[in-house]
Amino acid sequence: MTNWSDPTQAVRATAAQMADALEAGDVTSVQLTQAHLDRIGSVDGDVHAFLHIDTEGALATAAAVDADRAAGKDLPTLAGVPIALKDLLVTKGLPTTAGSKILDGWVPPYDATVTRKIREARMPILGKTNLDEFAMGSSTEHSGFGPTHNPWDLTRIPGGSGGGSAASLAAWESPLAIGSDTGGSIRQPASVTGTVGVKPTYGGVSRYGAIALASSLDQLGPCARTVLDTALLHEVIGGHDEMDATSLDEPVPAVVAAAREGALGDLTGVRVGIVKELRGDDSGEGGGYQAGVKQRFQESLDKLQAAGAELVEVSCPNFEYALAAYYLILPAEASSNLAKFDSVRFGLRVETGTIERTMAATRAEGFGDEVKRRIILGTYALSAGHYDKYYGAAQKVRTLIQQDFAAAFEQADVLVSPTTPTTPFKIGERIDDPLAMYLNDVATIPANLAGIPGMSLPSGLAPEDGLPTGFQILAPAHEDARLYRVGAALEAALAAEWGGSLMEQAPELSTNKVEVSK
Amino acid sequence: MSSLERSDVARLAALARIDMTDQDLDRMSGQLSAIVDAVQKVAEVADSDVVATSHPIPMANIHREDVVRPSLSPAEALSGAPSTEDGRFRVPQILGEEA
Repeated sequence: MTNWSDPTQAVRATAAQMADALEAGDVTSVQLTQAHLDRIGSVDGDVHAFLHIDTEGALATAAAVDADRAAGKDLPTLAGVPIALKDLLVTKGLPTTAGSKILDGWVPPYDATVTRKIREARMPILGKTNLDEFAMGSSTEHSGFGPTHNPWDLTRIPGGSGGGSAASLAAWESPLAIGSDTGGSIRQPASVTGTVGVKPTYGGVSRYGAIALASSLDQLGPCARTVLDTALLHEVIGGHDEMDATSLDEPVPAVVAAAREGALGDLTGVRVGIVKELRGDDSGEGGGYQAGVKQRFQESLDKLQAAGAELVEVSCPNFEYALAAYYLILPAEASSNLAKFDSVRFGLRVETGTIERTMAATRAEGFGDEVKRRIILGTYALSAGHYDKYYGAAQKVRTLIQQDFAAAFEQADVLVSPTTPTTPFKIGERIDDPLAMYLNDVATIPANLAGIPGMSLPSGLAPEDGLPTGFQILAPAHEDARLYRVGAALEAALAAEWGGSLMEQAPELSTNKVEVSK
Repeated sequence: MSSLERSDVARLAALARIDMTDQDLDRMSGQLSAIVDAVQKVAEVADSDVVATSHPIPMANIHREDVVRPSLSPAEALSGAPSTEDGRFRVPQILGEEA
């Protein structure tokens, strides 16, 4: 049982436990929120998960929730449970940078739809989390404000682009966080930090007010330390929004019920497809799967089988083109989306003569190298004479990958793979080799190209380095609930073997740090 | 095969309105050339008669009634601008010195 008056224990509870304790009156939202703010104050100097901390706003929300609860008012399920937001969600009155110097100091005049839903759910917003600049990266090293460090080993990357959100969960700084996933930016950070993350079906969560990277791939989603917590947050943020023309006009999938059903541990009749090209036992695209990653993946398969699932092998031959297609479609769309940073309406201006020269000087100073690389690559892919050869061909690959998934989902209800080929690498190790960095995403990208939902959850620690490995589950579009059923069943089986969650094995962080300025 | 020359990168950067120093061009040309070589792989399917997919979930056009609704005030809309004047975005001169 959690002793809620002990802040060290309180921050280690699940969001579901926090919600129950708030409802029961065992703890107040102000106590819970203050415990997380204190935790951030004591460890974030080392972790650097946050770009901005809103102490005053978070405590004000918490106090209002406590007052309403004391007055006997009906409150949403997660009312009073704190959350962290990836800093590409615009937040009225709170700085939003997308990890870019070009937006340093910008305070948005409106809320993203997801921000509004979180405010309506009465959840205290602790702050905004670090990311690779405009979500371009797999390590959070491309942030314009310095890297985030992995709480499992501070010399290593926390994944990216949502490394700040994932690290905040793994460092017990927040029980819940919002991420965005364009090619794996929710799932890969979850994998390397021992946490859970879900990319919903494309259109399942409104993107209004999320600073766009690649509009046909981007999807916001929930991040947490357990499958059930992830589901609870998914139901808060999901649903149709007329402010986003790509928003799905259909009910939010019943993911909480699916997570609860899965936790009972019976997967009888569920067909689990192992994607041959992503299991790392041939020399396919992005080979080089780490031995411990493969070992933990196999053990998770055994657990699913023991829970009654039927394992089948499926082949998706066109996945070999996925990485190449992704690194054409993404830069092409990004080069267009980032044209809005023109020194006129918001953000940095480096004034040098005419508007045209001012724009070029501003973008030179405000954007980092990875953003410049991708804008130039996208400009090239869309330029006259290259369009059919590159962008057009990449769109054909997209069709082929959708066909591969359609065929695979005739044989299986969900597909599985390791989330990433390796455990987290050292900060700085791949920073000068963009192609090596891109290979992190080999297993996560196909889902974005096809618009289908995907989850990553912990599958254990690699024996050779003691660092987290992730297990990816994919489902057909609109069938997000399947991820939660299978994920919760696997989580329960692994927890039974480990005697608790993987996060309980995480090393203690030093808490003697004075608060550093952000 | 170097698919992207230094001069190509300079031209593309100018099109994308990003000033590049000689050092930037030196550093990025090689990296970009390697990436372009890697993504050439899609050319293997370029001539196939597969239909292109531009959007992952098929959708029809979305319409709504054209009615006035609450929106940002002019002051809010201008609140992040580097420079404003008389309720408008103020920009540096548009025509070049040579024009």
